[in-house]
Amino acid sequence: MSVLIFAESTNGKFKKSTLEAVCYGKHIADKLGTDCIALADGALDAAVLADLGKVGAKKVVTIKHDNLTHFDAKAYAYVVSAAAQQTNADVVVFSYNLTGKAVAPIVAAKMSAGLVAGAIDVPDTTNGFVVKKGVFSGKAFAYYNIKTAKKIIGLTPNSFPINVSEGVAAVEELNITIPAEQFSITVKETVKTTGDILLTDAEIVVSGGRGLKGPENWGMIEEMAKILGAATACSRPVADIHWRPHGEHVGQTGITIRPNLYIAIGISGAIQHLAGVNQSKTIVVINTDKEAPFFKAADYGIVGDAFEVVPKLNEAFKKYKANSH
Amino acid sequence: MKILVCISKAPDTTTKISFTNNNTEFNNDKVTWIINPYDEWYALVRALELKEANGGSVTVISVGAADYEPILRKAFAIGADDGIRIDTVPTDAYAVANQIATFAKDKSFDLILCGKETIDYNSSQVGGMISALLDMPFVSLATKLDVANNEATLECEIEGGKEICTAKLPLVISCQKGMAEARIPNMKGIMAARTKPLQVLPAVASETLTEIVRYELPAEKTGCKMISPDNVEELVRLLHEEAKVI
Ligand SMILES: Cc1cc2nc3c(=O)[nH]c(=O)nc-3n(C[C@H](O)[C@H](O)[C@H](O)COP(=O)(O)OP(=O)(O)OC[C@H]3O[C@@H](n4cnc5c(N)ncnc54)[C@H](O)[C@@H]3O)c2cc1C
Ligand SMILES: Nc1ncnc2c1ncn2[C@@H]1O[C@H](COP(=O)(O)O)[C@@H](O)[C@H]1O
Repeated sequence: MSVLIFAESTNGKFKKSTLEAVCYGKHIADKLGTDCIALADGALDAAVLADLGKVGAKKVVTIKHDNLTHFDAKAYAYVVSAAAQQTNADVVVFSYNLTGKAVAPIVAAKMSAGLVAGAIDVPDTTNGFVVKKGVFSGKAFAYYNIKTAKKIIGLTPNSFPINVSEGVAAVEELNITIPAEQFSITVKETVKTTGDILLTDAEIVVSGGRGLKGPENWGMIEEMAKILGAATACSRPVADIHWRPHGEHVGQTGITIRPNLYIAIGISGAIQHLAGVNQSKTIVVINTDKEAPFFKAADYGIVGDAFEVVPKLNEAFKKYKANSH
Repeated sequence: MKILVCISKAPDTTTKISFTNNNTEFNNDKVTWIINPYDEWYALVRALELKEANGGSVTVISVGAADYEPILRKAFAIGADDGIRIDTVPTDAYAVANQIATFAKDKSFDLILCGKETIDYNSSQVGGMISALLDMPFVSLATKLDVANNEATLECEIEGGKEICTAKLPLVISCQKGMAEARIPNMKGIMAARTKPLQVLPAVASETLTEIVRYELPAEKTGCKMISPDNVEELVRLLHEEAKVI
């Protein structure tokens, strides 16, 4: 028995969402009285791998393969399924980011294992194996019971806290040969489009809408993001008219995020926009129009002109940061 | 080129969501149903564009009861050639994928297109599952798709960026924004939709791997605290002391 976590890494490090998934897996493993095992890229530094012990992994199993440096959902799913078999995993946990969305359903179908796609809480095992997830674009939650013996969970990023303690994970290379036909995609090019902080990973997101009048006015938004260590986002029209890159567009037709703090500046708060952000823990709205619908979904609001409020707020954030460190 | 497009229905975005029977069932009352936007705007329209450029056919498939027929007729009006309805109430993603995979297995489709996710259950599962059941490659969250010489060229969203790749057909793809622009059905399309063949097939026996045991509505926001634009320091204090998010 074990709980296996697909531990994704980038630039030689584990992602924040991966660390969350490992902590989450550790929680489940404790509940089931079994071990939390992480599956990671064998090319990573030995110390980086062993460090997963600090977030709860008892063991890290690895695989090394040149072709895995490019993303191919089918091949990745093959590896995870093989690793699940070799580690005798009853539960497989993915972070339900773009990689998880591509790979977890394939693994689920291969293993005939029930998948909860987008879990936001730990499973309740008092009566079955029941996991909570957001449905209807953030307008409701549903509790899914996984009926199969093997279970797969795609954990929504920023839904589970990272607990760091002492611990060193044992590292063991798995013996998995990937048949050539499992690689079905030829990657021509990989383009990095987002800034330093991944939007779906970010704890704080600063977002701008059409109220900002033009792309030249985003400097103060970027400045706020920099002060707070936040990612930047935008409403759909802003991406459609190319003021901002498409990767920043949140909402019904864009990305769904769940940060601790979402600061919406010059965004009206249309229902399609809210669909992507209404699961944020705290929402701040800055808008000239006191009737803007966004205020109904907000925790804190300022009725005012972004061009006056944001520079003042940036100074206040700066002062706060200077004093708190 | 033979293309299969998987179409599901979803409540219109502006629907107010409620539940009945002790929060165990979705309340269908007064809900306006639409084609799931990703299926309509991106998967279906791109399929039609590829057909117009390369020839072939576009078949739409839904796993659903009779209440799915208006959705399939709308897809006909937009331009699909024919449609299949697998007659069963869709409950879990695996069961849906299993029905579609069973139907598609011996039909030699070159492309099976899905939407990114359904806007009701938001799970992004069905496409990947179909690909696994048919042992076909899967490209998730594609924003561009072109086909030439039995090979697809795709752009898709991956963590932190995008990937430009090629893959041999047949292929399963989940489609999202960027792939095409929505089309509004014209009168000719609407007239033609009435006579296009819609085949109803019985469902194969399939297990469900998950079940929804209950629903819950989020706690109402207790009201928005308004802060004067002349006192932004107060916002910073509240975010730190009260909300504890900075
Ligand atoms: C099917 C469908 C899907 C959609 N999907 C999405 C989606 O995924 N994401 C999304 O965002 N939208 C989506 N939309 C569009 C959505 O309905 C809204 O049109 C959009 O969110 C509005 O963007 P906005 O708030 O930036 O612009 P506007 O609605 O133009 O609002 C601008 C706001 O800025 C305020 N403002 C103006 N000047 C200032 C100032 N100086 N300082 C402060 N505030 C100011 C105004 O009072 C106003 O509230 C979708 C629409 C449809 C029909
Ligand atoms: N009942 C259904 N019938 C046909 N296709 C479906 C059905 N449910 C989902 N799909 C397809 O699978 C995609 C992803 O759905 P989901 O995994 O539920 O988020 C949708 O965008 C559709 O293309």
